[in-house]
Amino acid sequence: MPAGTLYRGREGMWSWVAHRVTGVLIFFFLFAHVLDTALVRVSPEAYDSVIATYKIPLVNLMEYGLVAAILFHALNGLRVVAVDFWAKGPKYQKQMLWTVVGVWVVLMAGSFYPVLEHTLRTWFGG
Amino acid sequence: MSTDTNDLVVPSLHAHTGKGLGTGNPADAFVVEPARARTRKTPRRTRTNFEMLAWLFMRLSGVVLVVLVLGHLLINLMLDGGVSRVSFAFVAGRWASPFWQGWDLLMLWLAMLHGANGMRTVINDYAEKDATRLWLKGLLGVATVFTVLLGTLVIFTFDPNI
Repeated sequence: MPAGTLYRGREGMWSWVAHRVTGVLIFFFLFAHVLDTALVRVSPEAYDSVIATYKIPLVNLMEYGLVAAILFHALNGLRVVAVDFWAKGPKYQKQMLWTVVGVWVVLMAGSFYPVLEHTLRTWFGG
Repeated sequence: MSTDTNDLVVPSLHAHTGKGLGTGNPADAFVVEPARARTRKTPRRTRTNFEMLAWLFMRLSGVVLVVLVLGHLLINLMLDGGVSRVSFAFVAGRWASPFWQGWDLLMLWLAMLHGANGMRTVINDYAEKDATRLWLKGLLGVATVFTVLLGTLVIFTFDPNI
């Protein structure tokens, strides 16, 4: 790393990139999700048929990916708030990022079974 | 020289008029104002600071959304079988309570506005042509208003006996 490069290519830049990418993905999902939920106003059958898509194993796996994106965006967002409002935030931004990554890994491990239970039961019974 | 610039560069003799640099230095007559200098046509201040309010909104709504969205994920994707129990009847059961109606309404508004403002930032960053930026932001605005209004209408007019 060249001397004096404090931001580019370092934790600050990559967390910004990840925050932006996850944010855009979540926004597109949100847009689709409001539209699919609006089907409750059409008929129970229309709503249940679109919700059946959410229960397909591949889509269930994508829900786990959605949880991954939302958890990172949420945790890193709290870090951004801390950087902006906490006097020592900028000083500890790097440590806070690794805390975010650590908490994210724990929560992703913890949500693996609850989120994918439907698929695991479909495939392996029980 | 345009009239605006002429107004700014005046001999010191006219300093008392309030025009020009007015430092009393005869060289003032030859000072050329930088392009970004305030002229009489520059508003002294804007009425509101939209970008600052948007910045603040992202942080405030973000903190609230952490609770609302993670709670939503916990209930709809994780607890008690997760996605396998979601159905029309499940939604009807939850929206029977004003608490969950309010939860979903607040989540809808905050998430859509938070997301739309984030997308606005992304568009401003990457769309370099004025026309492209304008069109993308116009499309974003229409899609956001449509989605927020549709979602609000659905929550308020939901009929479990449809």
